[in-house]
Amino acid sequence: MRVFDGQFPRELEDEAIYIIREVAAQFEKPAILFSGGKDSITLVRLAQKAFYPGKIPFPLLHIDTGHNFPETIAFRDQLVEELGLELIVKYVQDSIDQQKVQEESGKYASRNALQTVTLLDAIEELKFDACLGGARRDEEKARAKERIFSVRDDFGQWDAKRQRPELFDMLNGRINVGENVRVFPISNWTEIDVWNYIREEKLQIPSIYYAHEREIFERDGLIWPDSPFINKSENEEVYKKVVRFRTVGDMTCTAAVESVADHIDTVIDEILSATISERGARIDDKRSEAAMEKRKNNGYF
Amino acid sequence: MAISNNKEVLRIATAGSVDDGKSTLIGRLLFDTNSIATDKLLAIEESSRRKGLEYVDLSLLTDGLVAEREQGITIDVAHIYFSTPKRKFIIADTPGHVEYTRNMVTGASNADVSIVLVDARNGLVEQTHRHLYISHLLKVPRVIVCVNKMDLVDYSQDRFNEIVSDFKRLLDSEEFMDIEIDFIPVSSLHGENIANEPKKMDWFEGQNLLDTLESIEVGKDDDKAPSRFPVQYVIRPKSEQYHDFRGYAGKVASGSFKVGDEVSILPSGLRSRIKSINQFDEQLINARPKQSVTITLEDDVDVSRGDMIVKSGNDITTKNLNSKVCWMDATPLVNGKTYKLQHGINETRVKVSSINYKVETSAFLKDETVSALTLNDIGGVSLKLSKPVFADSYSENRSNGSFILIDEFTNNTVGVGFVN
Repeated sequence: MRVFDGQFPRELEDEAIYIIREVAAQFEKPAILFSGGKDSITLVRLAQKAFYPGKIPFPLLHIDTGHNFPETIAFRDQLVEELGLELIVKYVQDSIDQQKVQEESGKYASRNALQTVTLLDAIEELKFDACLGGARRDEEKARAKERIFSVRDDFGQWDAKRQRPELFDMLNGRINVGENVRVFPISNWTEIDVWNYIREEKLQIPSIYYAHEREIFERDGLIWPDSPFINKSENEEVYKKVVRFRTVGDMTCTAAVESVADHIDTVIDEILSATISERGARIDDKRSEAAMEKRKNNGYF
Repeated sequence: MAISNNKEVLRIATAGSVDDGKSTLIGRLLFDTNSIATDKLLAIEESSRRKGLEYVDLSLLTDGLVAEREQGITIDVAHIYFSTPKRKFIIADTPGHVEYTRNMVTGASNADVSIVLVDARNGLVEQTHRHLYISHLLKVPRVIVCVNKMDLVDYSQDRFNEIVSDFKRLLDSEEFMDIEIDFIPVSSLHGENIANEPKKMDWFEGQNLLDTLESIEVGKDDDKAPSRFPVQYVIRPKSEQYHDFRGYAGKVASGSFKVGDEVSILPSGLRSRIKSINQFDEQLINARPKQSVTITLEDDVDVSRGDMIVKSGNDITTKNLNSKVCWMDATPLVNGKTYKLQHGINETRVKVSSINYKVETSAFLKDETVSALTLNDIGGVSLKLSKPVFADSYSENRSNGSFILIDEFTNNTVGVGFVN
């Protein structure tokens, strides 16, 4: 007998499983966009539940920027092994080598925006017609207007004004040649829903979500993880601190929070009392008020 | 068996006219329930200052897109989330412009509650009629009328009562007999009667908005509805361990199912019994409405995606639908044209056999002289289907009585229908 502690609304799980099954039924070649973060781990769990006792009928697609936390990559490989999943990895470095994108320079250089090109190339090359992602509407205000089935054109572009209405629970995944769909089964979950789900389902997550000692430096009032990928100035001093990460992106665009929460319960308590939003620690969103909307228009996930 | 002491979800649709303060009301709900992180609040404080405002414009929290921020209006359905210890709330915030009826219908389609806003100074306006009509058409179980901007009418009880009686007069017809409405006077700007007891309206005896939202009963009659299980996907692992496993995956549309229930499969009409109800690696005894499960049957009958497992009501199989349709596309719905129809997860081609009338939503009148439905029109339409669907009347079973129409060339969702 399993007793849930009841903080997670199970209706959201039923909804997500329904959406994932629609993807399997309506599309020929779907994939799960997997970043190794908690939202995509949740997505994998939901897909596992949707088709049990059968296997998840689609592969995981990871766009590797080369700037990932090593803990995330180790976790990814272990998960794939345990669940017997197919993993496809595409590298931003390859797009750079093919001169399709140019590495950013300066102290805020990041490969975050570059990965869109690698992703779109992968979708085209592997002929994926639907890509499941773990984005949530509560993350950011441009995402608040995103559909569950989000149709993208040949260039992977999102047009906020041309979205299909989604009525009741009916999902229309019909597309024209060249178009593809991004699917967001956990659209209606909030950050705390994801954490409660991880707790109630006892899901494993990468160790960097829990408090650990790490080499860091401070910039713009945020705690940056030190890594070979970051351009530091001379007066940015690296020292050790006990921190954890609230979201997991690249080492160049994810800030840490000072924390001693080393268990899921204390992590949840901390989030509930936090005064900074989840994406407040995402340097990639700080570029302008419309940073996310601009990236989405260009095909960002 | 899993015992889930489940947090409930309440889905809310908000609608209002331009400038009656809907975004501010939502911003206020978020603010008063501590659902806004400091960094987001600082960001809108900064934006408010840049706009030269002397107060924090809470509407900036929800007006997400650049075009909206520029024009100060909401142009699409936005989803907003907040929680209290009792419930999780999902708001579908829909814009109030005349041309956006389709968004309002979209927002209301999933709502347990519809919040209709009126400006205390203006009272009922043409848009209010439209909101009420849509809430009624979509059978949203509960409607809350928030009379906003009470601060601008000196928190006058007389003014509030006047608006309430205007509403009651409007709704005094047989059509609206079953509509349940609460009236709440509020000032979103000052947080009066949203999440706190009103300081300036001690004459008001009802609950404030948040208490009302927390206490509304949801889905209380859901399992009394006829039992409908649309088969979404057939699971056949063909692995050594589950060699003979053949599970029908889907979400219970309405009613409930339990192990041992005698069922029919539509359209074949074949009968069998439920052998097991599975949810991941657990076996359930019952499946409730909206639960995603995998059902196995005692007999080896042929079942595929689009079929429906029911406990009674073989007569819901139909190839002709009379319905109300809300049109959502710039290209009009015309007589004789073919579309794709999706009822739940079931799909077929349809031909429009007649357009019977158009509803004047602002005055609740029928115009029987129409030959097409244009964007944002609502009308009576008869359809001929190439393959049967298994639909209940929308007014009797909200969860199995609606469909969408899809353009065969653009693949866009162009209309939504409600079976008569």
